Amino acid sequence: MVDLVWFQLLSAALFVIGLYGVLARRSAVLIIMSIELMLNAVNINLIAAASHLEGAGSFARFDGQLIAIFIITVAAAEVGLALAIILRMYRNRSTVNVDEIDLMKW
Amino acid sequence: MAWFLFIILAVFTLGGGLAVVVTRNVVHAALALLVSLVAVAGIYLVLYAEFLALVQVLIYGGAIIIVLVFAIMLTRSADYPRTSDNKQWPLAALAAMGLLGVLAPAFVINKVDDTEAHSAAFSGIAESLFTTWAVPFEVASLVLLVALIGAIIIARSGPGEN
Repeated sequence: MVDLVWFQLLSAALFVIGLYGVLARRSAVLIIMSIELMLNAVNINLIAAASHLEGAGSFARFDGQLIAIFIITVAAAEVGLALAIILRMYRNRSTVNVDEIDLMKW
Repeated sequence: MAWFLFIILAVFTLGGGLAVVVTRNVVHAALALLVSLVAVAGIYLVLYAEFLALVQVLIYGGAIIIVLVFAIMLTRSADYPRTSDNKQWPLAALAAMGLLGVLAPAFVINKVDDTEAHSAAFSGIAESLFTTWAVPFEVASLVLLVALIGAIIIARSGPGEN
């Protein structure tokens, strides 16, 4: 049986990969993809905890999975909004590279 | 058997994730993200979370990847597929390694002993969703509605634009 700690390590590794992508990428679309990786890492952690530690503490049995469902919902909304913002950015500035969107930088 | 599946799926998850953050081609990054997300659905199956695996494939593998590919297409990122990372990437790699160096020992030191994955029935999830989590469920529908309207308002052309 795979222990909980291995799922947690997998989730940590995936989150770190996503963090690197967010910090190092220039294209806004690639940053959104990296954010999706980070959200997935959090979901792995939640679901692993939910199925390994059922009913632990003050949490009911399915709470981890339900929080993961809400995270997926919010991620879907986020990607829709991000697409709109990226389209707007591309129409106004003809670029999606975030380091060229420097109007508010001083 | 569970170990075998876990290792295969973990390799696909992390390999896809790494490909997303290192590849120079935006379309390849989207495809690598799809591999990673479907492998995560497999991880959910190893954890006996069948419903979440289904939701993962439908929403991430279906909807979100399609939206991202549309974003690539509409911004013509695919015409200039050679993207470059910014100059602070060594610092970003250092920060990521640092966070991993904090997270991994934290998980290993606070290891929970003698755990075993349990299955979760669909009916239990449904009952919990519509009783304990009924209010967040309604709020989530409102969030989706607001995001939809906001996306339309942001993306449409204003007066005086074409």
